[in-house]
Amino acid sequence: MDETLNILIGGEAGQGLVTVGEILAKSLVRSGYYIVVTQSYMSRIRGGHNTFSVRVSPKEILASQEAVDLIVALDDLTLTLHEKDLTPQGRIVADQGCGADEKICLKVPFGHLASDQFSNIAALGVVSGLIGLKEEVVGRTLEDFFGKKAPGIVEENHRVLREAMVWTLSQPPFMGKLPPFPNPPQRMMMQGNEAIAMGAISAGLKFYSFYPMTPSTSIGQTLAKWAGKMGLVVEQAEDEIAAINMALGASYAGAPSMVGTSGGGFALMVEGVSLAGMTETPIVIAVAQRPGPATGLPTRTEQADLQFVLYAGHGEFPRAIFAPGTVEECFHLTRRAFALAEKYQGPVFILTDQFLSDSYRSIGPFEVEKLPLAEPSWDAVPASLPYRRFAVTENGISPRLLPGWSEHRVVAGSDEHTEDGHLTEDLSVRKKMVEKRLKKMGGIRREVIPPEFKGDKNPDLLLVTWGSTKGSVLEAASHLKSRGRRAGTLYFPQLWPLVQEQFLSMLQEARQVVCVEGNATGQLAKLIRQETGFEIKGRVSRYDGLPITPEFILRQLN
Amino acid sequence: MVTLKDYGDYETAWCPGCGNFSILKAVKQALVASQIRRQDVIFVSGIGQAAKAPHYLNVNLFDGLHGRSLPVATGVKLANPKMTVIVESGDGCNYGEGGNHFLAAIRRNIDVTLLVHNNQVYGLTKGQASPTSETGFVTKVQPEGVASFSFNPVAAAVALQAGFVARGFAGMVDHLALIIQEAIAHRGFSLVDILQPCVSFNKVNTFSWYKSRCKEVATDYDPTNWETAMKTAEEWGNTIPIGILYRNKRPSYESHFPALKEGPLVGKGVDRELLTKILESYR
Repeated sequence: MDETLNILIGGEAGQGLVTVGEILAKSLVRSGYYIVVTQSYMSRIRGGHNTFSVRVSPKEILASQEAVDLIVALDDLTLTLHEKDLTPQGRIVADQGCGADEKICLKVPFGHLASDQFSNIAALGVVSGLIGLKEEVVGRTLEDFFGKKAPGIVEENHRVLREAMVWTLSQPPFMGKLPPFPNPPQRMMMQGNEAIAMGAISAGLKFYSFYPMTPSTSIGQTLAKWAGKMGLVVEQAEDEIAAINMALGASYAGAPSMVGTSGGGFALMVEGVSLAGMTETPIVIAVAQRPGPATGLPTRTEQADLQFVLYAGHGEFPRAIFAPGTVEECFHLTRRAFALAEKYQGPVFILTDQFLSDSYRSIGPFEVEKLPLAEPSWDAVPASLPYRRFAVTENGISPRLLPGWSEHRVVAGSDEHTEDGHLTEDLSVRKKMVEKRLKKMGGIRREVIPPEFKGDKNPDLLLVTWGSTKGSVLEAASHLKSRGRRAGTLYFPQLWPLVQEQFLSMLQEARQVVCVEGNATGQLAKLIRQETGFEIKGRVSRYDGLPITPEFILRQLN
Repeated sequence: MVTLKDYGDYETAWCPGCGNFSILKAVKQALVASQIRRQDVIFVSGIGQAAKAPHYLNVNLFDGLHGRSLPVATGVKLANPKMTVIVESGDGCNYGEGGNHFLAAIRRNIDVTLLVHNNQVYGLTKGQASPTSETGFVTKVQPEGVASFSFNPVAAAVALQAGFVARGFAGMVDHLALIIQEAIAHRGFSLVDILQPCVSFNKVNTFSWYKSRCKEVATDYDPTNWETAMKTAEEWGNTIPIGILYRNKRPSYESHFPALKEGPLVGKGVDRELLTKILESYR
C-alpha cells in the first residue's frame, strides 16, 4: 500500500463526477501509470452521494484501497463523510468556502475559475496540476470525451482546464507529484464489462440480447456501440426471459450468442439455462453480481450468486463457470467461455460483480490479430447418414448442423428426445440421453483452468479466493510476507467444475486456510468442502455492499 | 417443385376429432402453395397440444419452452433473415404465458408468422381456462365460471397496428391455407389466430358452435383501413368474422440492423484489423 496515490472524488449525482473521474483516470493511463478505479454510487440519477476513486501507481496494482491520500470534494458532504479516511499525510481539494483545515486543504476559488457548469473541469485541472499531469495529455483526453459537443463548450473546457492548472501551479507546494514517465507505454483503459464485450467480439460473438440491469448494462452498451462496425446484432429484449430465449434461437440458427444480466434478471433466465442444457445449444451467460436478495443494493457489489449460478436450471446437465479476477481476465476468460460453449454445446458462465464491472484499469494490448475465433462446433454436412442431431457418441458431443444450411432436418426439443430430436417417452432412451449429456462433463473437466497458487510453499497462512477479490488477496498476502509471515494465495479463475487433484494438496499443506469472499455464507468454502471433503475453517467475508480491500482482509485476520 | 410429400406424413398424439388435424393440413397446403422448400423454413413452437404440430412436419424445428416461442423465433430470424420463420403454438402458450412476448413481437414487427391454435381452453393440462375462454366458462378449477374478461387477440393486434392480422377457422381448411399463405408472404409480423374445437375439454365452443358463427369478411373488405379493422376485430357474437382483418406496410424489424444487410450472421468471422482499431480507441 506504499508508492501508490489514492484519489477520491466525491459529490452528488449529476455534478459530472464520473466524467472528471474518467478523464483523470484516462490521463493517468496515458501518462504511463497503473490504476484501479472503484465506483461507489447510489441508485439515483441526481443528488445523493457518489464517489469515484482512482488508485494510482507507477507499478502494477490489482486492488483498491480504503485509506485516501487526496480527497477532491465537489460538495461539503464529501468532507463530512470521507475526511476520516485520510492517511496521516492526506490532503484535500475543496472550495474556498469549506471549513477544512488549511494545513491539509487546498482551498480553490472555483467560482472565479469557472461557472457552475464547468466547475468539475476546474477540479480536474487542480488535481492534474497537483499530481503533475501534463496539460497536453489532460487536454487531449478532455477533447476525446467532449469532441462532439458544440465548439464553444470545447473551448471553454480547455480555457477552464488551463486556468485551473495555472492557478494550482502558482500556489505554494502542497503535496508531492507522481514520478514522471518519460516514454509512457501505450496501454488501454478499460473496465470489466468493456473487456467482456471485447473478448466476446474477438471470439466471434454475433448476437447479444439483454434487459438493462445494473451493473451488467454496460456490456450491452459497449457491444451496441460497435455493433454496426463489427456486424453484430444487439437486442434489448422485453424481459430477461425473452433475452435468453432470443439468444438460444440465434445460437440454434448459428450465431455465437451471449446474454448479460445480474442476479434478479438471471433468476428470470433460469428456465432458459435449463433449455440450453436440454437442447444442447451453445450460450455464454455473463452474470455481474450485486447484493441480493431481491432488488438488494442495486449499485453495490457482492459475490453471493456463485451457488445460484452453479445450480440454476432444473434437471442435470453440464456447465462451466469462470470468475475473472482482473479486467484482462474478463477478456480472456470470456473468450474461453465461447470456446467451451461451442465445443460442448451448452451454457457457460462468466461471473463478475459490480466492483469489477465498473473498475477501470490500465491494461496491456490484446493482440487480437493473433487470437483465434472460438472453433465453431457445427459442420456443413453430416459425417454419417442418417443425420441425427443428438446422436449418442463416445464423448457425449453430438454432430451439430445448422437449420437451413443443408437438406438435413435439424430438430431441437425441450422435451426428452430421441437421437433425431423428436419428443419421446421411451424411458430407455431417456436414460441414454441423460448419460450422453452428462458425458460432456468429462471433457469440460479435462480442460479446467487450474487455480493459481502464489507465495511460500507449505505456508502458515493460505488465503483462498475467487473473482474480483483476487487483487486484494494478493496484496494482503504480500503485506503479510513483508511482515515476516509465511503466506500463500490460492485463486480460482474457474469455479466449476472443480478438480481436486489440482489444489487439494495445497490446502492440506497449509497450517491455516482462510477463504476470502464477498458473501455471508462462504459459498466457495462450502463448494470446496462438498467436492473435496476439505473444510476451510477460516473466513473473511464481506457483505455490506463494498468490495473487499487489502486493508479489510488484514483487519479481519487480526 | 415442392409437393405435399416433401412435408411428410406422421403419426400424431392428438385426440381423434381434434381441430389440430385440419390446421396441420392447412399449414402443409400453404407451404406447398408458397413453394417453400422444407429446408428453407424453421418452425418454432412452445408447449401444449398445438406446439406438437411441427413435429409432424418434415421441417427444421426448435420446440422450446411454454410461452417462449416468439423470442426464440425472433433470435432465429435475426441470426438468419433468409429463412422463413413460423411459430406454431396454442392460446395458452402465446396469449397467457407468452403475453409480453406477443406484445413485443407486434411492436418490433419482426418477420415471423405466428399461427395460434385457439381452442379457448388448456388441452395438455386437461381443461383449465385459457386467456381466450369466455367469461362464465366452467371448468374443474373455475367451478363458478371464469371471472376474467376474455382476451381478444385480433383486436389487441389491430389496436397495436400489427403488420398483418387474420383469423381463420379449422373447419374451413382451404380458406385457412390461403390466409396462412398470405401471412407467410407478408414482410413483417403476421398473426393468424385459428379457431378450433377441443373435443375433450371445450363442450361450449364446439365445431358446430364455430361453424354456425364463422363468416368470411366481404370480398370488398379493405384490410388497410384501421378503423374498420378495429370494429371488425371486436365483433364476437352470432357472427365471428374470419379472413385477413388488417394489414399495413411497416418496415420489418430485421431490416433495421446494419449487420444484417449482408445476410445471415452465420460463419461471418471477425474483422481483426477493425477490432484492433477499435481497441486502439481505448488507449
